[in-house]
Amino acid sequence: MQPKHAINDFVIKFANVNGTGSASANGMFAKAIFRMGIPVSPRNIFPSNIQGMPTWYEVRVSQDGYLGRRGGTDIMVCVNPQSMAKDVEGVEPGGYFVYDSTKPLEPRFIRDDIHYIGLPLTEICLREYTDARQRLLFKNVIYVGALAALLNIDFTILKDLVSDQFKGKERLITPNIYALELGYQHAQANFNCPLSIRLERGHKVAKHIEDFDNILMDGNTAAALGAVYAGATVAAWYPITPSTSVVDAFDKYCRRLRIDPGTGKKNYAIVQAEDELSAMGMVIGANWNGARAFTATSGPGVSLMSEFLGLAYFAEVPSVLIDVQRAGPSTGMPTRTQQSDILAAAYASHGDTKHVLLFPATPAECFSMTVEAFDLAERLQTPVIIMSDLDLGMNEWMSPPLEFDDSYRYDRGKVLDAEALDAMTERFGRYLDVDGDGIPYRTYPGAHPSKGAYFTRGTSRDEYAAYTEDGQAYVRNMDRLLKKFETAKALVPEAKIKQAEMETRNGAVFFGTTASPAYEAIEILEKEGICIDTLRIRAFPFSEEVEQFLRDHDRIFVIEQNRDGQMRRLLLNETNVSVKDRLIPILEYDGLPVTARKIAGMIRNFITLGNVTPITRRASAQEVSA
Amino acid sequence: MTYIKPSFRHPKAPVNELGWTRQDYEGGLSTLCAGCGHDSISAAIVDACFQLNIEPHKVAKLSGIGCSSKTPAYFLSGSHSFNSVHGRMPSVATGANLANRDLVYLGVSGDGDTASIGLGQFAHGARRNLNMTYIVENNGCYGLTKGQDSATMDTGSVNKKGDRNVSSPMDVARLAIEVGATFVGRSFSGDKEQLVPLIKAALSHRGFALLDVISPCVTFNNHAGSYKSYEYFRSVKEVMPLDFVPVREEITASYASGTTCEVRMHDGSLVRLTKQDSDHDIEDRQSALQAISHYESQGKVLTGLLYIDRDSEELHDVLGTARRPLNSLTEQELCPGSRFLDSINAGLR
Repeated sequence: MQPKHAINDFVIKFANVNGTGSASANGMFAKAIFRMGIPVSPRNIFPSNIQGMPTWYEVRVSQDGYLGRRGGTDIMVCVNPQSMAKDVEGVEPGGYFVYDSTKPLEPRFIRDDIHYIGLPLTEICLREYTDARQRLLFKNVIYVGALAALLNIDFTILKDLVSDQFKGKERLITPNIYALELGYQHAQANFNCPLSIRLERGHKVAKHIEDFDNILMDGNTAAALGAVYAGATVAAWYPITPSTSVVDAFDKYCRRLRIDPGTGKKNYAIVQAEDELSAMGMVIGANWNGARAFTATSGPGVSLMSEFLGLAYFAEVPSVLIDVQRAGPSTGMPTRTQQSDILAAAYASHGDTKHVLLFPATPAECFSMTVEAFDLAERLQTPVIIMSDLDLGMNEWMSPPLEFDDSYRYDRGKVLDAEALDAMTERFGRYLDVDGDGIPYRTYPGAHPSKGAYFTRGTSRDEYAAYTEDGQAYVRNMDRLLKKFETAKALVPEAKIKQAEMETRNGAVFFGTTASPAYEAIEILEKEGICIDTLRIRAFPFSEEVEQFLRDHDRIFVIEQNRDGQMRRLLLNETNVSVKDRLIPILEYDGLPVTARKIAGMIRNFITLGNVTPITRRASAQEVSA
Repeated sequence: MTYIKPSFRHPKAPVNELGWTRQDYEGGLSTLCAGCGHDSISAAIVDACFQLNIEPHKVAKLSGIGCSSKTPAYFLSGSHSFNSVHGRMPSVATGANLANRDLVYLGVSGDGDTASIGLGQFAHGARRNLNMTYIVENNGCYGLTKGQDSATMDTGSVNKKGDRNVSSPMDVARLAIEVGATFVGRSFSGDKEQLVPLIKAALSHRGFALLDVISPCVTFNNHAGSYKSYEYFRSVKEVMPLDFVPVREEITASYASGTTCEVRMHDGSLVRLTKQDSDHDIEDRQSALQAISHYESQGKVLTGLLYIDRDSEELHDVLGTARRPLNSLTEQELCPGSRFLDSINAGLR
């Protein structure tokens, strides 16, 4: 079979062993392509393990600027014999299989519809290095060097990246560049470089990429930076994959930005709590006391924090929680992605509770929505949960640069300070709806010697915060909380609507990391003549434009990464539109980020055959290797 | 019984240095059972804060769930209060303290709230040496749910249904010493003479101050056979007399030498006490634990100041946080602005 031809448009996947230093070499590979100005989206597909298990790194190159997963693999770089059978199987016809040719390839791995490139990686390492660790580490750098020749990566960019990476450890620069050259020269000498699948600088790329001086960043770091910019001073957390790097990054930036120059003391506090319950309690205590505080966790943590979320909702204490979702239920697949905490987060805790949710889809939104979350939490005096996920949080995404408007001011919400309390003639009522928006006024502890003190509690109380079991007072309070949730609709980020080229009664609804592959799938279908308007939900409660979109379409595909169609259920529950039969679930939940092909396929099937193909065991096995 | 608290104020009621009367430190009318030990503790807290000249609004009261956790409504009505969820008061107190280190944090909890559902948070609060006073109003039973045994119920104690407890009791004072609390005392709700100075000392301590206060439940655990009844506890407690002298106050009372011990607190105030056991060094963890065991082996319970570490590092010292409360930092001080973001963006290209 003829080799596949592709310029600036392919998927390459690396099969490595966890803990062998492949991550930094692979990251350098992706970043080199990014620096060549070619849109790239790298993804780690890693095990819940520190050393020894198979791990993959998938890099999609797309001059059209598609950043979601496409599906399929054009080039497989296999450095892990453990997973070789599956990895060979995953290569698309006409694609390439790059392997360590120190030992001959077993006949069972030979396919006649793909092309093989053998690099004697172990042999080169044995020849060049004596130290076992060096042999292991440089193997990764050598294959990156070889790929530079095979795919036409600008070698000077790679050299610059090595220098950047080892800033402060300069003695490591020369040996790394040497290893790159070993690979590069071997490939040049032994293969017809570059391959038919390759990179080319200066090709036209998609306008939405070209328009920006893009950055490459992970969502967790962006969210942490958002917390810094929002003025968060207290972070309480309990380590859990995939959220841990949020607080790590917050700590890193605070060490740079929040040290008092006079005393060297910290203008922030980070506490690693004994569990998620405690972490959430600390966040509530700090916010109650007038600091901006947050926590970051994942599904299991949300379960544990539910009790406290109910308290914060009912006692009206602002709090910000970043939920970096992973595959549940229970411990689930800790290193795989999903969007399956929607209902758990929206209705966390017993009794009648509802929480404000934000759905970032890019690192830039992780940043801006985290900044916004603190304003919303304080304005609404309620928890705000940022619904990120592993794919967004832990992978590097090409993104427009982060922006911050210096004229923007924090909204600290309705807080009465000593001066305002002094000016008051009427009695302070902590839970009085003075303005008719359901949001009462609060005071910080210690603000005034004789006014404004009140009792915060999770028990029922009257407008003046006094304990009561009077049913009428309870109902008034619960109804006011509902009114407050109505007020929230106008404050949360609005949904993004994109109309199809031609008028259509088909709609698609999605959110978060499903957005990139969904937009791509819609374009694939549009080329086939299937037009679909799209709505990207960015917040809960749903605002009027969400309801309008549902009313305006006869057939609405709700695309999400969970088994039960949780967003679909939330839409049915929380909008006044009677649409049950018109909302068609398009679901993927095998733990890998959903691909554009998969989404397009499911919608196409529905439109042409009237059904959605469920995921079969066979299909999901293929997808894992794809 | 009346449900309206009289607001009459005696014109010549004594005032403290701030000009406040004792009444200014009171709270709402208690809804606990008549004779409940917890009300005596609330009264002792009122006395302690009045005598210490603490401004009520500079106190933050925190509690969990249970009879004890209701009591913050019955003292210091001029203070903000947070009645949180069951067993989770320490974490809320931690967050509050991180946000503003300048307030006095007073936590009130019970034996169910602390020794069962909240054991983890209690231990970790102590271990972090959070700067707060933590009072356990310990009656050995769950009052609000009608008298079930709690984890501090003594072995051999008989509950109201007649069941004898065979499980080991959780000793919150001993546990606190073990995990790193830096001020640990035990007292009795019926012993105001000892309790008031002990609370004053605890409030003056910098770090985690635990007071385990035996406070009989008149309704469910005050019968013959109960080891936490008024009668039984009076018969077994071994009282360490205690006296608290705030900074600037003249020392008047004289103590017999030999067993007298003076402890200069971090803020300069003085605790003077008469040790019951001359081998007990209250500044030594092991010695404190031995003294507790020693009395226990004789069927006695030692009350008083059991252990103190005067100059420990509290949570803020360990974290290295700024002297200024974090909640007072302004937007200008906290937000790095767009120029820093430009450098972040540049580093990501």
